[in-house]
Amino acid sequence: MARRAIKELPKALADVETVVVDADLLIIGGGNAGCFSAVEAKTLDPNCKVVIMEKAEIKRSGACSAGMDAINTYIPEGKTPEDLVRWSRSQVGGGPIREDLCLSNAEELNEAVDDLERWGLPILRDENGKIKYRGQWDISVHGEQLKPIMAEKALENSDEVHNRVTATNLLMEDGRCVGALGFGVRDGKFYVFRAKATIVATGGACGLYKSYTADSTSSHHQTWMCPYNVGTGYAMGIRQGAEMTSMEQRWVATRSKDFCGPIDTISVGYKSAVINAKGERVLQKHYAHLGGDKSPRYIRANAPMEEWLAGRGPTYCDTRHLTADKVKELKIDYLNERPSFVLFLAARGQDITKDPIEIYGSDPYIIGGHTQSGFWVDMGRMTTVPGLFAAGETAGGNPNKFVGGCAAEGKLATRGALKYIAENRVELPEIDQTQLKTEIERVFAPLLRGGDYDGVSSVEMEERLQRLMDEYAGGTSQFYRTNEERLDYALRHIKMLRDQVCHLKAGDLHELMLCHDVIDRIDVAEVLCHHLKGRKETRWQGWQTRSDYPDTDPAYDCFVETRKNMETGEIECFTRPYEQIVPGDRKAPSLPDKN
Amino acid sequence: MPPRIDPKKCNGCEGREESHCEEACPGNLMYVGEDGKSHCRSLRDCWDCMSCTKACPRNAIETRVPYQLGYHLARLTPLMGKNSITWKCVDIHGNEETFKYRNRMDK
Repeated sequence: MARRAIKELPKALADVETVVVDADLLIIGGGNAGCFSAVEAKTLDPNCKVVIMEKAEIKRSGACSAGMDAINTYIPEGKTPEDLVRWSRSQVGGGPIREDLCLSNAEELNEAVDDLERWGLPILRDENGKIKYRGQWDISVHGEQLKPIMAEKALENSDEVHNRVTATNLLMEDGRCVGALGFGVRDGKFYVFRAKATIVATGGACGLYKSYTADSTSSHHQTWMCPYNVGTGYAMGIRQGAEMTSMEQRWVATRSKDFCGPIDTISVGYKSAVINAKGERVLQKHYAHLGGDKSPRYIRANAPMEEWLAGRGPTYCDTRHLTADKVKELKIDYLNERPSFVLFLAARGQDITKDPIEIYGSDPYIIGGHTQSGFWVDMGRMTTVPGLFAAGETAGGNPNKFVGGCAAEGKLATRGALKYIAENRVELPEIDQTQLKTEIERVFAPLLRGGDYDGVSSVEMEERLQRLMDEYAGGTSQFYRTNEERLDYALRHIKMLRDQVCHLKAGDLHELMLCHDVIDRIDVAEVLCHHLKGRKETRWQGWQTRSDYPDTDPAYDCFVETRKNMETGEIECFTRPYEQIVPGDRKAPSLPDKN
Repeated sequence: MPPRIDPKKCNGCEGREESHCEEACPGNLMYVGEDGKSHCRSLRDCWDCMSCTKACPRNAIETRVPYQLGYHLARLTPLMGKNSITWKCVDIHGNEETFKYRNRMDK
């Protein structure tokens, strides 16, 4: 349902209207995983009342809003889900990963991609009708309409979609999650969603770190991940003491420089090698022992930045071998996913058959569908908070899910949620008025202070946080390096930022949303710093580099975990052991006879 | 990458509860002002996904590259068909390119 923007803002809490919505299954976030969750729920139980809470408008929301040029995980004939797990494990240097979760996603994801094709997504095929692979596991799509296509199916398979309602906290009863609370970004109403089970599918956390293009441009969000995915899903769970896993395994990717466009499209899809200022093939020259051009993802992401640091930048993706036809094909790929990259090339007046594409490292993101940061979940995708399930980027332990794996996980989380409802005979809770009152006061406080209040704007606080994280917690400007002292500094100042939240001000509902965005980012950033402190080694250069512990330590061949102590409010850090389920050499992408 | 709205072409999707660009923007950045035209409330916060540009039925929105990142004056404009999309691109030297392809399977 559409929301007309209101002109009269509430001047007191008494002016805020409360809306109560009941659901069997509440899905927070109508992106890729969320849409598949809804379809699965109605497929399994047509009587299940499915409600989606969406911060934007479901047809063009979140990470997929611009489109997609590839599905990066689709298992070809002759390969098995176990092979995909081996490959995924090798991409994070042999793990540790949650192989149980990876395997269950791998067994499911082809079907989810087939669903997308049945719903109308063009998947590129050869003259014999066979799907065309552009790498080992990834296939090309014309995915400009990917989000509208998924959204149409979610709309058909849900009872209510509440657009422009942003989640602010979970609704809790006796330590279990029974829904969520939030506010209407357009109508200014306070929303109470009561649910028997809740799936959080809000995407990853972008904007924790400063983007290097942020200074003096109309482009502070020149980021690769959707900047409107701010980590709200993580933050809401963290505040209720949910266990988080592997938050230190940040996603850093090689992107085109000055315009954060994807580069795997060119390097993998169009076999364009990474070169440095001297024209040397960086991966073959310096990383041959790790697989050269086929090195693990974190090596490929970090390598161009190591060249800059060593004085051998600029770095490029060498496109000078491409024919005119291939360039056209390549541009169409970009138009499907990041159309403005084609505009950027035009604005540089660049012919990529003569001038190769310049590349650089992105700012770090927390995205559990790419790397493995997120909630610690069981096989039904339930977090350690009963009644709260996670799917897609929010669920941890399982990297390289991408579109297919996140979609599959939406289905798996729904199955887990429906089983939980049935087995526990969950009923809707009585509304706890104290909890509501506390939250409504917290949520609307910046707005009631008003835009003219002598306080702090969300933009000021966001930029302070982003600089802090960039310089002290291993951002781009520091070539991703950090150490114990810098992290302690970051944590001290994160506490100061949190103390200053009481000065945040908002002049309208949009600014109110931005205030809660920055509050959520602060909570995720704090946990992230604890994880970076917890891993006293360097396991994934670039993604996680400790200048005070530059080597890998076998003692850390395990998961680093955190949980907020609900009594003290402190973040506690501990480890969990890694368990190898899929046999084989952990660093080899596949069994030798499969290659 | 900020959207640039041509006030001569934009009518704020008169008669619609929300304008198309207002509905589409994942960042809640577009709004119809007192002048009945669409505006972007914060250029710095745009992600350049071009959802607004594609959604505009009057081709009144253009996505621009900030000058600090790319030079004046390049253009990329989408034309949405039922099952296909056509893009026209002009670079700073005046070179034109057109791309047309299917973005949805026929039902």
